[in-house]
Amino acid sequence: MSNDFYTLNVNGEDHQVADSWAGESLLWVLRERLGFPGAKNACEEGECGSCSVRIGEEVVCSCLVLAGSATEQEITTIEGLSAEGELSDVQQAFIDAGAVQCGFCTPGLLVTIDDLLEKNENPDDLTVREAISGNLCRCTGYGRILEAVQIAAASRRGEKRE
Amino acid sequence: MSEVKTKTPISNSRIGDSAPRPDGIPKVKGTFAFSSDLWHEKMLWGGTLRSPYPAARINKLDITEALLIDGVHTVLTHSDVPGEAVYGLEHADQPVMAAEVVRYEGEPVAIVAADHPEIVRRALAAIKVEYEEMVPLTDPEIAESVGHIHPDGNVFRKINIRHGDQEIQGDIQVEGFYEVGMQDQAFLGPESGLAVPGEDGGVDLYVSTQWLHADQRQVASCLGLKEEDVRITLAGVGGAFGAREDLSLHVHLCMLAMRTNRPVKMIYSREESFHGHVHRHPAKMWYRHHADREGNLLRVEARVLLDGGAYASSSGAVIANAACFAAGPYRIPNANIEGIVVRTNNPPCGAMRGFGAVQTCMGHEAQMDKLAAVLNVDPVEIRLKNALKTGDQLLTGQIITGTAPVAEVIRTCAEHVPSYQKSSDLMSLPGGAGRTADPEHISRGEAIAVGFKNLMFSEGFDDFSSAVCHLEDGVATITCACAEVGQGFVTLAQQITREILGVEEVILAPAATETVGSAGSTSASRQTWMSGGAVQKACEEVRLKLLQRVTEEHEIGIDDLVLAEGQVLSLNGDFSISIDVATENPLEARVEYRHAPTFPLDENGQGDAHVSFAFAAHRAVVDVDPELGLVKVVELITSQDVGRLLNPVQAIGQLEGGAAQGVGLAVMEEVLVAEGNIRNASFTDYLIPTALDMPPVEVAAIIEQPEPGAPFGAKGIGEPPSISSTAAVVAAIREATNLELPRVPVRLTDIVSVEEPS
Repeated sequence: MSNDFYTLNVNGEDHQVADSWAGESLLWVLRERLGFPGAKNACEEGECGSCSVRIGEEVVCSCLVLAGSATEQEITTIEGLSAEGELSDVQQAFIDAGAVQCGFCTPGLLVTIDDLLEKNENPDDLTVREAISGNLCRCTGYGRILEAVQIAAASRRGEKRE
Repeated sequence: MSEVKTKTPISNSRIGDSAPRPDGIPKVKGTFAFSSDLWHEKMLWGGTLRSPYPAARINKLDITEALLIDGVHTVLTHSDVPGEAVYGLEHADQPVMAAEVVRYEGEPVAIVAADHPEIVRRALAAIKVEYEEMVPLTDPEIAESVGHIHPDGNVFRKINIRHGDQEIQGDIQVEGFYEVGMQDQAFLGPESGLAVPGEDGGVDLYVSTQWLHADQRQVASCLGLKEEDVRITLAGVGGAFGAREDLSLHVHLCMLAMRTNRPVKMIYSREESFHGHVHRHPAKMWYRHHADREGNLLRVEARVLLDGGAYASSSGAVIANAACFAAGPYRIPNANIEGIVVRTNNPPCGAMRGFGAVQTCMGHEAQMDKLAAVLNVDPVEIRLKNALKTGDQLLTGQIITGTAPVAEVIRTCAEHVPSYQKSSDLMSLPGGAGRTADPEHISRGEAIAVGFKNLMFSEGFDDFSSAVCHLEDGVATITCACAEVGQGFVTLAQQITREILGVEEVILAPAATETVGSAGSTSASRQTWMSGGAVQKACEEVRLKLLQRVTEEHEIGIDDLVLAEGQVLSLNGDFSISIDVATENPLEARVEYRHAPTFPLDENGQGDAHVSFAFAAHRAVVDVDPELGLVKVVELITSQDVGRLLNPVQAIGQLEGGAAQGVGLAVMEEVLVAEGNIRNASFTDYLIPTALDMPPVEVAAIIEQPEPGAPFGAKGIGEPPSISSTAAVVAAIREATNLELPRVPVRLTDIVSVEEPS
């Protein structure tokens, strides 16, 4: 244990992390030290994507990132997607399309899809499948999730999907 | 899927609407509290030391050094268990912690509470255990004939179904051996919970589970407490699929909290989760089907052997299902089915979606295809010819009195014109981008399968649910201990309440043992019927009380009143009062709801053991590269018997999600066990379908024939999607390869035969 602290910028705000152990992952620090439990802990070895967060412009598995290495970068978690408490288009589409069941994979998927749609407003089915292939979901079989992505993408393009 | 309504205003969230989930908003915002998200002031972390051996004697267990580590608060072993040393769903045979022997790899031996998970890890490493390894019993075939590895013996249950003529021979006979590997439920939210010691000597446990009151009974017994002193509240559940029906960390957490007098939290790692819950039973099956030359089934002989692993869990009920539904949803006048589930030193097995019917479906459907091939008839035709219908007898002699649209699910599924197009994208080929198959070599196969199982608990079990409806100021509060595990009961509970009471606002109280009686298990596709029935009954009692009150206070005949849109209205339109005003004085009803009684099976496996049945068919389209052994499931088509559709979007979610688990079992999912040791206890090595593996699921038909006796006529829909999907996919691979493929999951080496050098 050390008495030093470091600072993480999460969802636009600086947070000091004190008394942390050297080996703590970003996932652990976000969840247990900083009060951002939205990123989830399904495998903690980079396979399931439930811990996905964005660091800068890149979506990462926060379980594989040492917390101390994520300083001086902008970290965005699921809690940062609904600014001012308003649901984002992707979040709303998840609810409308029935893409949420148990919800454990949901935060990681939303971070991944939000990133996808920022880079590509018109992804075809295979592009979406590949983009989310690092996010495991055990409840839905992905059908409603794929539908939600297309609903959100259509709304970003100003179209309405029937 | 374009016909599915995806957006519905709250005010239209009644029965039959695609009402949105009440927990949807917190789940998409990341604020929904799963059991792994819990936190408490002065909380400690718990951990479990597990046996590395599947069979060993414990000669010495020394915790001294672990206790000396700074930050360790307690280390407990079997001798610290305050009450009963063993627990179990059906039979208490599983130790809270191992005493003299360990019977499976991963069996808990000691538990620790410390300030930080890293200290927990160090403490677990500092516990010294001297094991004397024994030869593990890993072959279920010999379990019955070798020495007992547990005082209760090596046979959990044997069932013989003898129905009709035991000698009759068919002109046409087909025979086969089939095998199903061990599947993991692989829910995403790991086992986790928080125990808080109570000032009264009791304990509060917040945990993800499928059945709060069964947990309470078992935990209290092991803690030596009265049931009411163990208060269990459902914490957010990250999927279940059967794996949370048994206890995991429940007793351990409570012991640590009570010993340290501090709140204790525990989360299993993924590797630990593979060892910490039961799996789907691996099966070995032999079948012989007898038919006449027209393809009418005359008799089915079968032997089904399930490996139950080290402890009983729900093995007894699983083998009953495997035996009862061994021959599929067909009319079979004569049968001899032997079912047996045994104890081994393999990982314990118990409930998983489909519960015994998944394994046998793979067998009986392969047999039906063999029969069709021998008779040179269409596989759909032979299924339709023998399809069960209302009024027919099951192998158990029970006559089906409810709906049984078997022919309808087969026909609609078979006739559906699929929409898939052959994609030229490399990513769509078998093996994907990494090991791309040669498009020229790809062989396409297509096949159909049908399956069924019972809804709710069988064999005379007193199966009930409880609910409380409280109506005050026009707001209904429903209290029910039904475990919401993702399936959407919370949505249905609101829809039912709105439907009956005509109010908008429906609050769901936390599911907890303190406030309401048992809801039974969230398993066996039973909660829509059972807890749905309890909520319906409670709401109807409140509705009646409200009408009686209005009748008395305003002198209007009760038959002239209706509830709608937040009002109590007279039919002639002369009178109305808002429910808000009429319920300033609250009204409440507390009910228990039971399904029609069932009865035990007799010594010949005969009896009215089940209440109701649900049926589904799947048709699979696969592409196979036979040279590389690569398989791509291109499309699944399904039809399902649902009784009545209560929430279209949620139903589609069950059909798609259940089919995904069936695809997994068909082509990729198996817990590999070698000499009793799990070799792939991680998501790196145990693969579940990703979005690239999972094909589109097209719903050919949702068959709505209201089930007599079921609330709103609705059948449970969770399990059927997982039953025939596996059988359809493996059959399609057989079509594509002309291989027998008697085993799932189909492995690369099952397709690419490596020839022995001669």
